[in-house]
Amino acid sequence: MPRTVRDVVFVDGVRTPFGKAGPKGVYHETRADDLVVKAIRELLRRNPGLDPKKVDEVAVAATTQVGDQGLTIGRMAGILAGLPQSVPGYAIDRMCAGALTAVTTVAGSVAFGAYDVAIAGGVEHMGRHPMGEGADPNPRFVSEKLVDESALFMGMTAENLHDRYPGITKQRADEYAVRSQEKAAKAYANGQIQADLVPVSVRRTNAEAGETGWGLVTADEPMRPGTTLENLAGLKTPFRVHGRVTAGNAAGLNDGATASIIASEDFAREHDLPVKMRLVAYSFAGVEPEVMGYGPIPATEKALAQAGLSIDDIGLFEINEAFAVQVLAFLEHYGIADDDARVNQYGGAIAFGHPLASSGVRLMTQLARQFEEQPHVRYGLTTMCVGFGMGATVIWENPHFEGDK
Amino acid sequence: MSTTAELLKGAAELFPGEVVTQAHVRHFDLPLGAGRFALITLDNGHDHTKPTTLGPQSLANIDAAIDRVEKEAADGDIVGVGVTGKPFIFAVGADLKGVELLKRHEDALAIGKGGHDVLKRLSTLAVPSFAYYNGASMGGGVEIGLHCSYRTVSAALPAFSLPEVFLGLVPGWGGCTLLPNLIGAEKAVSVIIENSLNQNKQLKGAQVHELGIADAIFEGADFLEQSLIWTAAVLKGEIAVERPAIDRGEAWDQAVAKGRFIADGKVHGAAPAAYRALDIIADAKDGDLQQGFDAEDRALADLIMGGELRSGIYAFNLVQKRGKRPAGAPDKSLARPVTKVGVVGAGLMASQLALLFLRRLEVPVVLTDIDQERVDKGVGYVHAEIDKLLGKGRINQDKANRLKALVTGVLDKAEGFADADFVIEAVFEEMGVKQKVFAEVEAVAPAHAILATNTSSLSVSEMASKLKHPERVVGFHFFNPVAILPLLEIVRGEQTDEASLATAFGVAKKLKKTAVLVKDAPAFVVNRILTRFMGEIQNVIDEGTPVAVAEKAVEPLGLPMSPLVLLELVGPAIGLHVSETLNGAFPERFTVSPNLKAVVEAGKRGFYVYDSGKPELDPEVAALLKQGDTVLSEEQVRARVLDAVAQEIGLMLDEGVVAEAQDIDLCLITGAGWPFHLGGITPYLDREGVSERVNGKRFLEAGVASVPA
Repeated sequence: MPRTVRDVVFVDGVRTPFGKAGPKGVYHETRADDLVVKAIRELLRRNPGLDPKKVDEVAVAATTQVGDQGLTIGRMAGILAGLPQSVPGYAIDRMCAGALTAVTTVAGSVAFGAYDVAIAGGVEHMGRHPMGEGADPNPRFVSEKLVDESALFMGMTAENLHDRYPGITKQRADEYAVRSQEKAAKAYANGQIQADLVPVSVRRTNAEAGETGWGLVTADEPMRPGTTLENLAGLKTPFRVHGRVTAGNAAGLNDGATASIIASEDFAREHDLPVKMRLVAYSFAGVEPEVMGYGPIPATEKALAQAGLSIDDIGLFEINEAFAVQVLAFLEHYGIADDDARVNQYGGAIAFGHPLASSGVRLMTQLARQFEEQPHVRYGLTTMCVGFGMGATVIWENPHFEGDK
Repeated sequence: MSTTAELLKGAAELFPGEVVTQAHVRHFDLPLGAGRFALITLDNGHDHTKPTTLGPQSLANIDAAIDRVEKEAADGDIVGVGVTGKPFIFAVGADLKGVELLKRHEDALAIGKGGHDVLKRLSTLAVPSFAYYNGASMGGGVEIGLHCSYRTVSAALPAFSLPEVFLGLVPGWGGCTLLPNLIGAEKAVSVIIENSLNQNKQLKGAQVHELGIADAIFEGADFLEQSLIWTAAVLKGEIAVERPAIDRGEAWDQAVAKGRFIADGKVHGAAPAAYRALDIIADAKDGDLQQGFDAEDRALADLIMGGELRSGIYAFNLVQKRGKRPAGAPDKSLARPVTKVGVVGAGLMASQLALLFLRRLEVPVVLTDIDQERVDKGVGYVHAEIDKLLGKGRINQDKANRLKALVTGVLDKAEGFADADFVIEAVFEEMGVKQKVFAEVEAVAPAHAILATNTSSLSVSEMASKLKHPERVVGFHFFNPVAILPLLEIVRGEQTDEASLATAFGVAKKLKKTAVLVKDAPAFVVNRILTRFMGEIQNVIDEGTPVAVAEKAVEPLGLPMSPLVLLELVGPAIGLHVSETLNGAFPERFTVSPNLKAVVEAGKRGFYVYDSGKPELDPEVAALLKQGDTVLSEEQVRARVLDAVAQEIGLMLDEGVVAEAQDIDLCLITGAGWPFHLGGITPYLDREGVSERVNGKRFLEAGVASVPA
C-alpha cells in the first residue's frame, strides 16, 4: 500500500505550574507520576472532542526513569489518568529534550500513518530524582578522553560556552536573565501563562517548609519578579572561580510536567479539535558534550535546511533558557540582537524553571499562544540544548497565518 | 456553663490515649481569581491504615482551626473555608475507645455537646464553608461536612456511612437533624437506619452524590483540584448549587414510619438506638436545628450510658479484632502450604465447600463420591455457580475458565487425593461412615495431608482414633449458608498437632472465615447453645405453653428469627439429630422433644405455613402436638430459656470448650447472627443479672461490655 506523509499538528498543550526542587519545594511530597497524570487529564478535559479511546499512544519523557518516573511511565500515566486500557504508552529519554522528542517521535508516527492522534509530554521531579541519580558513566569516557570531564556537569558546559563566545560576558548574561524575569512577570500579568496551567493539589507535612495540610499550586514557584542586575551581580559562580554562570542567569532545579496532543491535521479537523501549530520540520544534532549549549545551532541549521527556510523566515523563537549563555550564543550565531522582540516573548526557563524532560512542551504551548496572538507570523521554532552534547529544534507553521499584509 | 474549650479539655483528660487528629490550616489563592482560601486538613499523622478519628483533643484542634478561619473570614482576609482529609481518608468519626472509657452521664453529654459546639461553627462563618469528602467518611466525619455550606465527594470514595445505629448510638453531632433537612427524611432514614441495620452497609461516592448529600462529584485522580476549581466557580457565582425541595409533609412521617418498620424487622424493639434516631428525625421536620442538636446530645448521653452501646462496641471489636486474630491459634509459621484440596462427598454441602475452597484458595479441588452420577452432579453444581458469578459480572471469563479448570471429580480416591494437602469430608453424619472414609483417605493421601471433618456433632477425636496419623485430623465446622455465615469452628481433637492446627487456621484465613478454636466437645459451641436454647423452648411447649407464647417470649432479645423459624431453616430432622447427640452426652440438661420427633416422623419440614403471607402454625403440626397442662407466661418462659443458656455457657467455659466468654459471643454473632446489642449473649446475660442468678458471677468483668464501674 502506498504511503503518503500526512500533515501533523499541535492540537493543545498544558502543564503543571513548575516548582522548586528540594524539601521546601511545593511538590516535595507530590509524586512525579501524579504530576503528569494531572496534566494529561486537564488536556482531555480541555478537549472533549477527543474520545480517549481514539488516542493511539501516550509518550511520556523522563530523564531519570526510576521510582515514580519508572515502570514505562507513559503506560502507567495513561492508566492512572483514566485512559482506556486499550491505549498504549511508552517512556522516552533525551534528557532536557525529552518532551520535545516525545512530540517529534509521535509526530513521525502520525505522519507515517501509524497513529491518528497521540499524547506526548514529559515530567521531571528533580527533587525526588536529582540529576545523575543512579548514573554510572563508562570509565572509558575518561580513560580514552572521549569527552572532557566537565561534560557531565551542565554548569561547567555553560562556562565552556562562554569561552567559545568570549563576547558573551557575565553582564550580558545577567541582563538577559533580568529581561527573562520581566517578560515572564508581564506575561503572567497578561494572563498568557495561567491559561495553560493545570492547578495541582499538594500536601505538606513538614512545617519547616510552610503551612501544613493540603494546598493548591496555581503559579510557577521559581519566578523572581523584580530581579535586578544588582541582585544578580553578587551571586556566586559555583561552576568556576571567577566564572560567569550563576543561579541567576540559569534555570534552577525544578519539578513539573507537561502534556500535549499531537494529531494528523485531518483527524484534528474531523473531530473539531483546535489546530494550534502545524509541524514543518524537526531535527536533532550532536556537538561536543562539553559545550552542549551549542547544540541548538546545528540542530536549527539542519531543520531550516530540511524545511527550505532561512533564519529570516522565523518570526517567533522559543529557546529553552537552560543558561542565558546558550540563548545568547544562538542569537549571536544568527546575528540576532540579545533583546530581539521575537525571542522568548513570555520569558523563559530562567523565570519559569526547567524540569528537564518536561520543558519541550512548555516551549510549544507558549509558541502556540503567540501564534494565535500574532497571525502575521508564519513560522516559529522551538529549540533546546540537551545534556551530553545535543541540540533539538522543531519548526512550526502558524495555522492562523493571515498572509503577508 | 463551661466554654467549649473547657468542655473538651475535661473530656480529653478522661481519654489520655487518644490518637490526636491535627487540623492544619493552609492558605492559597483559588483558581479563576476567586480569592484567598483557607483549607483545613484533618490528619492524625498516620498513614491510611490508621484512619483519622475524632476524640476530644482532636475536636479541640478543629475548634482552634475554626478560631483562626472565623477571624480571617470576619476580617475579609479569605473568601471561603474548606475541610478535607489526609490521603484516602476524610475522617471516620468519634474514637470508640474514648467512648468506652466514659463512666458518667455528664461526661457522655459533654462529648455530644462538645462535638456540636465545634462543628456547628462551620455553618456560621462569615464566608461559605466547603467539605471535600476525599476518602472514607463515617459518623462524625460525615457530620463535619453536613455542617458546611457545600460538599463535594470523590468518585473513588469507598465507604461513607453514619454507622452509629449499627453500633448502638445515634448520629449525634448533627447527623440526625441535618441530614433529613438536607436530603429529606426518606433518604436520611435509608442512610441512618436502613444502611446501619443492614450490616452497616457503606455508600460509595456516586451514591453520596445521587442522594444529594454532595453537591458535586469528581474523579479521584484530581478530586481536590476539581473541587477547588468548582469552589471558585461557586464563590464567583458562576455555578449555582440547586438542591431539590424537601417534602416536609406526610412523606416525612411516612419515612419515619418506614424506619420504625425496618427497625422492628431487625431488632424487634430490643435495641433503643434506631428508635432514638427516628424520634430525632421525626422532630427535625420543623427545621429547628438547635432543638435537634439538643435532642441528639441527650440521646447520645443516654445511649453511651446504656448497655446496648457497650455491647455493640464490644461486639464490633470482637468481629474486627478477635475475629481476625483467633485466640489460641498456633504460630502461623507452623502452617503447611495447601496447594490441592480434596472433598469427600459430592452432595450439596460438599459441593458448596468445593466452591468456597476453589474461589478463595484458587487451587485444584477434587470431589469424590460413590458413583459417577453423584460426582458429575457435584462438579456440575460448581460449574453452574461459577457461571452465575460470571453472569453477574463478579468474575470475568478468564477467571471462570481458570476456576472451572481447577475443579474435577473422580471416583477413585487414590487418583484424586494422591497429591492433596487438605482433604475435607462432608459425608453422612455417622461415626462409622466417617471413620471408614478417613481410613480410605489416609491410605491414599500424602502423609502430611490434613484430614478435616465438617461434622456438626460427632467427636473429632473418636473419628481420628483409628488412623495411623490421628494428629492431622481437625474439625472444620461451617455454618449454613456456607457462603454467607462467617463462622468456622476449628475443632482441635485430642491428638491434633500444632502444625495441623496452624494449617487449618491458615486455610480459614484464606477462606475469609472467622475462625474460633474449639475443644472437641459435643456439638462444639453454636449448636450446643442453640440446641439448649431451642430445647428449653420445646420443653415449655411440650409442658403446655402455647407455641405463640413460647415464640413471643424471646422476641425482646431481638434475635434474627424466632426459634421455630430457625428450626425450620436448619431442618427439623437435623435439629432432632443434634438434640439426640447432646442428649446422649448430657441427658440431664438436653432433652429430646417427643413433639419434635413426631414432626420429623411425619415428614414435616417446619412448624408453620405461610399461605396468609405470615407464619401460622401448620394445622397438621398442631394436630401432632401433645402438650401438658403447665402454661407459663412470656416472662417465665424467657427466664427459663435465659437461665438455661447462662448455665450451659458457664459449663462450657468450665469445660474449656473455648478460651473465654468472648469466643462464645464471637461464635453466636458470626455463626448464628445474634445481634450486636446483645454483644452475642454474655453481655446481655450479665446486664440482665441472669449470669449472677444462675452462676453466681458475671461472664465479663464490668467495663468490658458495659459501663465501667
